Amino acid sequence: MIRFAINRLLQAIPVLLVVISMTFLLVHSAPGGPFSADKAVPPEVARALEAQYQLDQPLWQQYISYLGDVITGDFGPSFKYPGRTVNELIAAGFPVTAELALYAMLVALVIGIGAGVVAAMRPNTMQDYIPMSAAMLGICMPSFLLGPILVLIFGIHLEWLPISGWGDIPGDKILPAITLGTGYAAYIARLSRGGMLEVLSQDYIRTARAKGLSESLIITKHALRGGLIPVVAFLGPAFAGLLGGSFVVETIFQIPGLGRFYVASAFNRDYTMILGMTIFFATLIILFNLLSDLLALQLNPKLRQQARGDH
Amino acid sequence: MKASSQSTEQHSSLWLDAWLKLRKNRLALFGFAVLIILCVVSLLTPWIAPYGYEQQDLMLGATPPSLEHWLGTDIFGRDMLTRIMYGGRVSLMVGFIATAVALVIGILWGAIAGFVGGRVDALMMRIVDILYALPFMIFIVLLMVVFGRNILLLFVAIGAVEWLTMARIVRGQVMALRKQEFIEAAYSMGLSQWAIIRRHIIPNTLGPVIVYTTLTIPSVMLLEAFLSFLGLGIQPPQSSWGLLINYGVETMEEYPWLLIFPGVTLSLTLFALNFLGDGLRDALDPRAAKD
Repeated sequence: MIRFAINRLLQAIPVLLVVISMTFLLVHSAPGGPFSADKAVPPEVARALEAQYQLDQPLWQQYISYLGDVITGDFGPSFKYPGRTVNELIAAGFPVTAELALYAMLVALVIGIGAGVVAAMRPNTMQDYIPMSAAMLGICMPSFLLGPILVLIFGIHLEWLPISGWGDIPGDKILPAITLGTGYAAYIARLSRGGMLEVLSQDYIRTARAKGLSESLIITKHALRGGLIPVVAFLGPAFAGLLGGSFVVETIFQIPGLGRFYVASAFNRDYTMILGMTIFFATLIILFNLLSDLLALQLNPKLRQQARGDH
Repeated sequence: MKASSQSTEQHSSLWLDAWLKLRKNRLALFGFAVLIILCVVSLLTPWIAPYGYEQQDLMLGATPPSLEHWLGTDIFGRDMLTRIMYGGRVSLMVGFIATAVALVIGILWGAIAGFVGGRVDALMMRIVDILYALPFMIFIVLLMVVFGRNILLLFVAIGAVEWLTMARIVRGQVMALRKQEFIEAAYSMGLSQWAIIRRHIIPNTLGPVIVYTTLTIPSVMLLEAFLSFLGLGIQPPQSSWGLLINYGVETMEEYPWLLIFPGVTLSLTLFALNFLGDGLRDALDPRAAKD
């Protein structure tokens, strides 16, 4: 178990190096520097700026010094927000995005697992078809469509909920969380239905039934642990998806989180910002994949044995 | 000779079986029908669209659905039905071409890894593992920003993301097949490597590949719409459903139909393709767990 965790952590190092190198190369091969959009900067000013940001050095030298900075956790100054560092901007935006992702994940888990378990209890009946069709609808309704429609209904027509902002007015976190969480609720519903169906056909469940245990006790005490393994394994990728989804949701609801910063800095060609945030995102995603793998391993003794044998 | 005739017989009955199963699945058939209608409409759009693509009527402005304009008009007085039909051409084209890119890379990669095996396989799958761990959504955004928003790049970028799973599926299938007794039997009968690939490996790998392809198309279309919505995908004067939704959001308070019609079209298409993919999975790949 610990060896597996250490192994996986070690594997993350080359992945991160690839991420840093690819992003660095991509960003530096971009046509048009960060200052080319500003109107007519005098050449000497441009040179001074380039010297300040070390853009006048050869590429490999920039790469080495950047790598050194990143290892010590320093992403450098922002090109577009003078006087602010990338670290500061990430520190400002990340708590907002993390909170949004957390609420969205809660929405996804509660609705998703609930619907999946209910559907698996009576497969191929209305109790199965209705939640599963709703789940399909949730998958096919992308957040950039669901968000505006929710705004239109609950914000503009019914005037029940605020339509933008984050933490300014009570209730303004509800629509973004639902918008971001719904798609994942749908996936989780399908995964937990599949997992539960498989577990419910096992012998030990039959034994539990033969012992005369109540159906609710069988589900909560015996079936959920095994049935939710696919859901746990999905949590890592889902988290990565939530970060990507935050681009859209933060744009729609004007939330000052990392996703909105990322899209804005992409449009602004804010090199250091894009680089820093990509590396930050990648590290997070890799860590979450690792955590969800470990958790799935913890829940499933069969996988644990395999991990001991193979890796 | 005998072996080959038997294998084709088995192979045709597999497809027949799958078709019989698929025919019973109403939702999958509905998906299939929607897909065919969409393809036909997209192909014929220049001839059957009620108005010209660039035809506008500024005096008319945005109007709700009417007899002249079934789905209404946008703020420039352009017919929404026409806009959605032309946008669908782009959305479908991205879906098909990017999926084809993913298909070609994924199949070649997976088949080579599965066939050669050993160290080459380990190295190739290691690369796939590393790429899997990359935050690709972010990379596509980055690519589109760095190299300008051109449609060819969009195909390549999306295709480059989606091939990984295909490579894993094909490799797994090839590895499993190589150990099967009927393959060994074919070798011992002196069939050439190529004949074995053609007669046994390809037909047996085709099922999962078709299933996964059908499921990749909607996810690619979703990715394109996502990028276009952020302003990083398809650029005007070209149009796609994602871009139409983007415009629709801007004016949804006054003219909600500009958001609703492209949105419903996109959702319905994704719905249909996903049902078709699920149906094909049940029909062609009975062992695969339905998640």
